[in-house]
Amino acid sequence: MRPEMTSSSPTDRRLNALVRHLATASPVMESQTTVTFSPTAGSPGNSVFSHVVQAPEDPILGVTVAYNKDPSPLKLNLGVGAYRTEEGKPLVLNVVRKAEQMLVNDRSRVKEYLPIVGLAEFNKLSAKLIFGADSPAIRENRVTTVQCLSGTGSLRVGGEFLARHYHQRTIYIPQPTWGNHPKIFTLSGLSVKTYRYYDPATRGLNFQGLMEDLGSAPSGAIVLLHACAHNPTGVDPTLQQWEQIRQLMRSKALLPFFDSAYQGFASGNLDTDAQSIRMFVADGGECFVAQSYAKNMGLYGERVGALSVVCRTADVASRVESQLKLVTRPMFSNPPIHGASIVATILKDRNMYNEWTIELKAMADRIISMRKELFDALRARGTPGDWSHIIKQIGMFTFTGLNKEQVAFMTREYHIYMTSDGRISMAGLSSKTVPHLADAIHAAVTRMS
Amino acid sequence: MAIRRAMSGRIMGRTAVVGARSMSSWWRNVEPAPKDPILGVTEAFLADPHPDKVNVGVGAYRDDNGKPVVLECVREAERRIAGNLNMEYLPMGGSVKMVEETLKLAYGENSELIKDKRIAAVQALSGTGACRLFADFQKRFRPDSQIYIPVPTWANHHNIWRDAQVPQKTYHYYRPESRGLDFAAMMDDIKNAPNGSVFLLHACAHNPTGVDPSEEQWREISQQIKAKGHFAFFDMAYQGFASGDPERDAKSIRIFLEDGHYIGIAQSYAKNMGLYGQRVGCLSVLCGDEKEAVAVKSQLQQLARPMYSNPPVHGALIVSTILSDPDLKKLWLKEVKVMADRIIGMRTALRESLENLGSPLSWKHITNQIGMFCYSGLTPEQVDRLTNEFHIYLTRNGRISMAGVTTGNVEYLANAIHKVTKSA
Repeated sequence: MRPEMTSSSPTDRRLNALVRHLATASPVMESQTTVTFSPTAGSPGNSVFSHVVQAPEDPILGVTVAYNKDPSPLKLNLGVGAYRTEEGKPLVLNVVRKAEQMLVNDRSRVKEYLPIVGLAEFNKLSAKLIFGADSPAIRENRVTTVQCLSGTGSLRVGGEFLARHYHQRTIYIPQPTWGNHPKIFTLSGLSVKTYRYYDPATRGLNFQGLMEDLGSAPSGAIVLLHACAHNPTGVDPTLQQWEQIRQLMRSKALLPFFDSAYQGFASGNLDTDAQSIRMFVADGGECFVAQSYAKNMGLYGERVGALSVVCRTADVASRVESQLKLVTRPMFSNPPIHGASIVATILKDRNMYNEWTIELKAMADRIISMRKELFDALRARGTPGDWSHIIKQIGMFTFTGLNKEQVAFMTREYHIYMTSDGRISMAGLSSKTVPHLADAIHAAVTRMS
Repeated sequence: MAIRRAMSGRIMGRTAVVGARSMSSWWRNVEPAPKDPILGVTEAFLADPHPDKVNVGVGAYRDDNGKPVVLECVREAERRIAGNLNMEYLPMGGSVKMVEETLKLAYGENSELIKDKRIAAVQALSGTGACRLFADFQKRFRPDSQIYIPVPTWANHHNIWRDAQVPQKTYHYYRPESRGLDFAAMMDDIKNAPNGSVFLLHACAHNPTGVDPSEEQWREISQQIKAKGHFAFFDMAYQGFASGDPERDAKSIRIFLEDGHYIGIAQSYAKNMGLYGQRVGCLSVLCGDEKEAVAVKSQLQQLARPMYSNPPVHGALIVSTILSDPDLKKLWLKEVKVMADRIIGMRTALRESLENLGSPLSWKHITNQIGMFCYSGLTPEQVDRLTNEFHIYLTRNGRISMAGVTTGNVEYLANAIHKVTKSA
């Protein structure tokens, strides 16, 4: 190889040197004709991606990575929101096992491509589950539902659709919110703003701030709402507050985009946990809903979810559906069949559905009892501060109010793994481990302020 | 982007009217999207009540009874994994075991590149997802690059790179006159593209034409791409399906690796393991060294996290169960060969039927082409006649999915094709 020696730019000189170095190592390249280097050309000796820097660990999933590396027998993983039994083990619901076994034993089942919108039965049943079997929106065919990859995938597909078809390309997300929300919407092509939500002073809802911020949002803006069991704070509006939020949003034509990842997990009752959404649908207006079955059916890794768009008319709903397909086809063509089949099997069978609601309530109840135990344990230790938010907050997470330094202390000294914002997953606690956590919190609060 | 701007311009004027009191939908200006040209064919087929209807549209394998097939190795793997310990989230990069086995298929069982950990690889949502992840990665890290796509190609390739906002160019590939490869024009396009362009190549069994370069032609293509410093991205959706031998079907990739290219590969198990609806695949990018591979993998994960967080576990478990068990793997290889052989047999049968009917046209290309598809050369009008008069469903580009041809329908199909082409 005889690279151009006449060009004198530093880049070319560096690349020429590199080629000479590699040419001696690889005889094949010696026989090539002259190669001219341009700034965008990949040098034959160099990967075109050699400039790529390593990305930081995902803050949430990175917690589990760190936990796995720790050899201490006392370690506790309160990071990712995945349910654990009293024995600290992941759980596959009995009814899910049953459904899976039915699917495996059915020799007539095939694994062909689903339609682009996913499993039709699954979509219908999911809409019924979140909107209610008697929902007028469903009866009037005003709802389009497409199967997506769990909550993440549903949010992303909805975001991409909005960026293409909606006139207002700003979405307001609560402060704080699930860490992945801003990334999802930014990559969808939306611009992300925040509205006040959590009040550190009360460890509750900053309702006034929320109403002010939504009140000053431009007409038509999209607003992300956590349907129940807000992640990471566990702080939910009351029904009266939801009603006021609804009125304000409708008066300003703000578009609601609900993230429903914990239906049934918050209160233990599926209908109760869908109240906020149903309130908005009842007024005849439009909204987006992202549903996930990761937690409430324990189907985490199967990536089962659905995006529903409630429209004013059936005709609009069908056109919207056709455009949603254009978003998903170049993303994954059609969604994965296994998890959706399990969900459909369960939801359409009265007995299996009832079994599911019982197992779901058991999970929710165990979490509620963990809240009580932790609260009692801190009171018993006389840990300074008001810890009532532990039992007031709802769902899988508690926003402890601990700061970054206290969290780091707890990880270092007590092998407690949690996200640095002070969020703990109650699902990761058991009666056995509550005392250890209480000790850690007590030490962190008394030794570090 | 232009479409978005135009639409927002049109709708902005209406914002004053759209308010809470307005009873009209925010979406009333949403146009109905055109049906997907490929998947729309099956929808139309299913809606047709005619008893003799034939579906040679979508590329999903059928046995000689026209029935979809679940491989025995897959059934056995599913039996083993049912009652699995848990359904926890996979890591963002997917199942490590599945990815390891998948890389061996593409790069070689004893590949030094795998041993040296130079390959950044993540589980992806079948071939579509792997291509899309690469396109997003290309946009983020080579923002000035564009993708060269063969003409014709799988229609969704265009959608994928468009949605990733990577500008597209095309290169010559199919030569209608010969129903074969337009090698000279293809080489010219590679030569004339600016140095350092990104080229999309079908590793084997080109979709939709079934026309593949010969081994000698692949060697020349590799040399020319290397001379220009281009980046080769392989879409390999049919490994095993083309010749019946996965090693043979990976030849193009192995040639490029021998020649020292840094490549990317999208692999899919939809067809060769019949796992269509499970959405199992893999995206890999060959890097300079282990450090770079770690960096690239971490960035691929950053793109996956806001799209689906982590990939589905079930299909990946099936794949890793089969490929890591020598007996199951042997069974799989046997079953893949059966599928490929049946298709090759149907190619011969269709060509012979047409020749026996006395067709004035040449049908050599049916047996020259390889893989699941035959680019018949039928015009859109002839295709419409096949559908409307004979209830035969295929895409309007004349692509026939040979997997849908059986001993039961090959004569009917040949007759129909003869009828619509004999006066051509």
